[in-house]
Amino acid sequence: MSKPELKEDKMLEVQFVGDDDVLNHILDREGGAKLKKERAQLLVNAKKIIKKPEYDLEEDDQEVLKDQNYVEVLGQDIQGPDWHPERPRGSILSTPVTRSLKNGSATDGGNKVYSFQNRKHSEKMAKLASELAKTPRKSVSFNLKNDPEIMINIPQCSKGHPASDKVQLKNNDKGEFLSTTPRGLRKRLMVPRSHSDSESEYSASNSEDDEGVAQECEADANEVILRPKSQAQNRVVSAPVCKETPSKKMKRDKTSDLVEEYFEAHSSSKVLTSDRTLQKLKRPKLDQQTLRNLLSKVAPSFSAELKQLNQQYEQLFHKWMLQLHLGFNIVLYGLGSKRDLLERFRTSMLQDSVHVVINGFFPGISVKSILNSITQEVLDHTGTFRSVLDQLDWITNKFKEDSSLELFLLIHNLDSQMLRGDKSQQIIGQLSSLHNIYLIASIDHLNAPLMWDHAKQSLYNWLWYETTTYSPYTEETSYENSLLVKQSGSLPLSSLTHVLRSLTPNARGIFRLLSKYQLDNQESPSYAGLSFQDFYQQCREAFLVNSDLTLRAQLTEFRDHKLIRTKKGADGVEYLLIPVDSGTLTDFLEKEEEES
Amino acid sequence: MATSSVSKGCFVFKPNFKKRKISVPIEDYFNKGKDESEDSKLRFETYHLIWQQMKCETQRLQEELNKNLFDSLIEFLQKSHSGFQKNSKDWGSQIKLREIPTAALVLDLKHFLQKLVSQLMDCCVDVESKEEESAQKKTHCSMDSLSSWYTNVTQKTDPKMPRKKRTSSQWQSPPVVLILKDMESFTTKVLQDFIIISSQHLHEFPLILIFGIATSPIIIHRLLPHAVSSLLCIELFQSLSCKEHLTTVLDKLLLTTQFPFKLSEKVLQILTNIFLYHDFSIQNFIKGLQLSLLEHFYSQPLSVLCCSLPEAKRRIHSLSDNQCENIRRLPSFRRYVEKQASEKQVALLTDERFLKEEAQSLLENLYVYHTNYFLVLRCLHQFTSSLPKYPLGRQIRELYCTCLEKNIWDSEEYASALQLLRMLAKDELMTILEKCFKVFKSSSEKQLGSTAKKIEELLAQFQSLDEAKEEEDTSGSHSKGLQKTDLYHLQKSLLEMKELRRTSKKQTKFEVLREKVVNFIDSLVREYLLPPDTQPLHEAVYFSAAHTLREHLNAAPRVALHTALNNPYYYLKNEALKSEEGCIPNVAPDICIAYKLHLECSRLINLVDWSEAFATVVTAAEKMDANSITSEERNEIIHARFIRAVSELELLGFIKPTKQKTDHVARLTWGGC
Repeated sequence: MSKPELKEDKMLEVQFVGDDDVLNHILDREGGAKLKKERAQLLVNAKKIIKKPEYDLEEDDQEVLKDQNYVEVLGQDIQGPDWHPERPRGSILSTPVTRSLKNGSATDGGNKVYSFQNRKHSEKMAKLASELAKTPRKSVSFNLKNDPEIMINIPQCSKGHPASDKVQLKNNDKGEFLSTTPRGLRKRLMVPRSHSDSESEYSASNSEDDEGVAQECEADANEVILRPKSQAQNRVVSAPVCKETPSKKMKRDKTSDLVEEYFEAHSSSKVLTSDRTLQKLKRPKLDQQTLRNLLSKVAPSFSAELKQLNQQYEQLFHKWMLQLHLGFNIVLYGLGSKRDLLERFRTSMLQDSVHVVINGFFPGISVKSILNSITQEVLDHTGTFRSVLDQLDWITNKFKEDSSLELFLLIHNLDSQMLRGDKSQQIIGQLSSLHNIYLIASIDHLNAPLMWDHAKQSLYNWLWYETTTYSPYTEETSYENSLLVKQSGSLPLSSLTHVLRSLTPNARGIFRLLSKYQLDNQESPSYAGLSFQDFYQQCREAFLVNSDLTLRAQLTEFRDHKLIRTKKGADGVEYLLIPVDSGTLTDFLEKEEEES
Repeated sequence: MATSSVSKGCFVFKPNFKKRKISVPIEDYFNKGKDESEDSKLRFETYHLIWQQMKCETQRLQEELNKNLFDSLIEFLQKSHSGFQKNSKDWGSQIKLREIPTAALVLDLKHFLQKLVSQLMDCCVDVESKEEESAQKKTHCSMDSLSSWYTNVTQKTDPKMPRKKRTSSQWQSPPVVLILKDMESFTTKVLQDFIIISSQHLHEFPLILIFGIATSPIIIHRLLPHAVSSLLCIELFQSLSCKEHLTTVLDKLLLTTQFPFKLSEKVLQILTNIFLYHDFSIQNFIKGLQLSLLEHFYSQPLSVLCCSLPEAKRRIHSLSDNQCENIRRLPSFRRYVEKQASEKQVALLTDERFLKEEAQSLLENLYVYHTNYFLVLRCLHQFTSSLPKYPLGRQIRELYCTCLEKNIWDSEEYASALQLLRMLAKDELMTILEKCFKVFKSSSEKQLGSTAKKIEELLAQFQSLDEAKEEEDTSGSHSKGLQKTDLYHLQKSLLEMKELRRTSKKQTKFEVLREKVVNFIDSLVREYLLPPDTQPLHEAVYFSAAHTLREHLNAAPRVALHTALNNPYYYLKNEALKSEEGCIPNVAPDICIAYKLHLECSRLINLVDWSEAFATVVTAAEKMDANSITSEERNEIIHARFIRAVSELELLGFIKPTKQKTDHVARLTWGGC
């Protein structure tokens, strides 16, 4: 059962509601959409999908609640706690403690996990509450016309009661209650799986550093798995209590709670997230080129507004020139790539002057290369320098001596990995403090200003300009080894094919043999590699080698290209391994087969 | 030529040699950006002139302020050096010699020290400091080679020595002065080793260390263990505190009629706040001042009148029609016109010549207003700066800010200050009055000459009061001398005295006089300390665009990023992006959606979940579009968009890849929404 299909299913359901309604929901109503069997809606709801396990646990206990107590709970809540939409979610933080006490059954060790879960839970409630509370204004006008069931819902919405779903459940077909919300949908997706996978969908992240911790994690994870039932049962009893607690606790100071929240989340080394991996998603990793192609098909939205923004900034060009000449340097910040803007600045203002464009995001950039391009290309100096500092001194002197020299430095991403170091910044700062070197730079990183202490800031003499462009960081991110872009993968693969292409067919056959064997055996956890003797036997049978010497020579060549690794086993036998992940290996084999 | 490549990151562009010759004068940038370029050349020149003057003034001030410090420092150097001369002959005082004379210099600002460097030492310090850094690493750079270098230099090249040292050339071997600008930032280990080593070599290599310390002198003992600090013979020189420095700078640059340019209350507030709460840097303060000056001349066409009075009068004559129109449009001028008789109103609005003449007199008034303003301000400051709890602030800049903002006499603080003034003792009042007298005396302005006279009179009255009081004292002395008595009688007599005082409501002469003084200063304040926006044409000299200053000097990139991600409507004024607080419409830019989703996670984020959530939202938004492309392709595109959004968030520093769990990223920020 693959995910996309399911999604499609659900989308079909959406249309079942009626196209007009769907449109209305998407366009205007935020809360209203939520109550439908609709996955297409505001973020608010969508993000529930990535909620944590406690989420599902919660759902469990809500079921129970629904069956027995929902009326009471509702009643409680309507008269009860004044849920404040604006209230920071941190303020309900302390509930977990009380609740876990009420639970009684929570053991000492599990307490941490439990409180953590609850923390998330209460947080979610507050969140949900606040978001629900925000919606009614818009949804009222719409809902009144359309569906009576939601009308009932509105009062609860404005109360910000998380259980408002249940009102809907009541009015809806009771049999299908779970599918009424996206969360419910997720739930439905999860349920069948959880039978087969037995909850292992979620687990604490195994921290890599410490085995002891890892073990502890496992223990905790087990507890998590065991808990749902007891928790659900307990919750039925304790539900009224926990509904009341927030009102008291909410009075707490919000900043101290934020701090508490931080430490609570960071105190344990484990984090609960789902275990799903991209491999299960069956979505091939894209490489840079296909990514670009795909993205080029997307029509940029808000182009009129963006253009307006850019025009606004372009009007500043003259002012920038003036201020640069008067001894200030200019730094641009704000969301969006500023590369195009600077490029336009360059082409419109700097055509008649010497300037250097420096791509800070270029992975091979260094201060040395910047200085080199100044000395060699701008100042036409052929000599070399002992150190970067020498070079800097030389440049400084040169510019001080000859005041007719002028140089514009345009640095894209002054805060990039390569340039953000203290020394680099010091040197660039010193360059920029020269009165005939004009620096205009852009920064993007959240913490970029931390690079500069007072001394450096006075060197730079910045004037800050906010230029939020919302342009995609296409160029800037194309170099970096991005998370989802297949770069690390394509490199070994292409090197594999390249190396093998230069080998004899026999050698290729040998390698193919080894990789096939490895792929066949990859499932077994005890697989340590193919022993040399077995391998020799197989190669002989395939008429690939005639003596173990030729095989050894071949293996040496592989080893030199880092295509294989040998390991001595416990019995002293040599084992051969290909140090490439199985996905790449499969790709490679497929490619090979295509070619041959 | 393109500026992107996979093989290099630096691109040099050199225009043709011929083209390069034509360099655009800076003035051109001054007007091109603006549509109306009224007198822009003149404005730029005026800007330049005023800025140069201000710069000179600040430099002069700084030199003056640090003169004492430098003098004592130089004296110290000479003294310590003569010690070395003796010691080099007298081996008996070897132990004393081991103590490197160290001048600890508590400085707030670095550039003074740089100045000091250039004053005291020429070339040798460069060599020195470099070698010092590398002394620990390179073996050939030992202390021995250093001292041999020193003997070489001192023997053959006296003329090469800095002039300062040569003038006192009775020194046979001048000391080497090493200035460590920022002691706190040095690696302690290096510093310790260096001090130990050099103390061993002191007899052949006279070394004087000067530490620049920005925090407190105790830091020396914290950085250096006793064994090391005992090798130093420390003397402390304290520089002027930066706040005093600021006061002087303000005093000389803004609270004076020397420079026509003035700051409005908000601007001044921002500049002082940046100084007090962010950096304590005079340099930055002056930078802010420069920027305000530039902005003023850049954005205000009438700033052409922001110059010395005779010059401004001359310039008024040559104002263009457009500029006259600009004058008429000034709010302050319009207010002024409304107050005039109708005939004059018509003339002002239609007759250029009449307008120019009127503007001349208005400018003159403005000048006079400023002269009086600062005199009275200083005078008031004399009164209020010594009051308990400083209701109007301890520093004159605080008082100035309040006065700029509003009618100060309407404020509660002013009322309470007057209350307190009415309780001052005589000698306090007299010293204040004397100071005020000096203030007024210092100005040659005629309008307030009478005020000076009046203060003189008041002072004289106080003096005469003294004499009168003496008489009174002699007459009433017997009553004061209470005889020894019992408690009952004492209480009784005290009660009687109290009764007496209440019945005789009549104030003493002193009280009458004090009341007079207070009323006098009050009337001065009410007359002269009107806020500047009451003055016609004040816009020509006052810079008031505080927000631009804050934007450019004290920017908050994180806030900008946050706003852009959370509330795209702020930037992209599209109705579709309008949303209530905390929500984001699903049509928002991809990165905003991805950001919003990631806020929901704690430390780790599962990429699969994230991408699915993202796809949900985006699909919802796309539903409106025509379903022209297949769903598979659409999914792929959405996935690509997600990848882009995620890598952008990574670039921005919100997330980073982690190996804690497969296909997870770690959040780098804390807190949501």
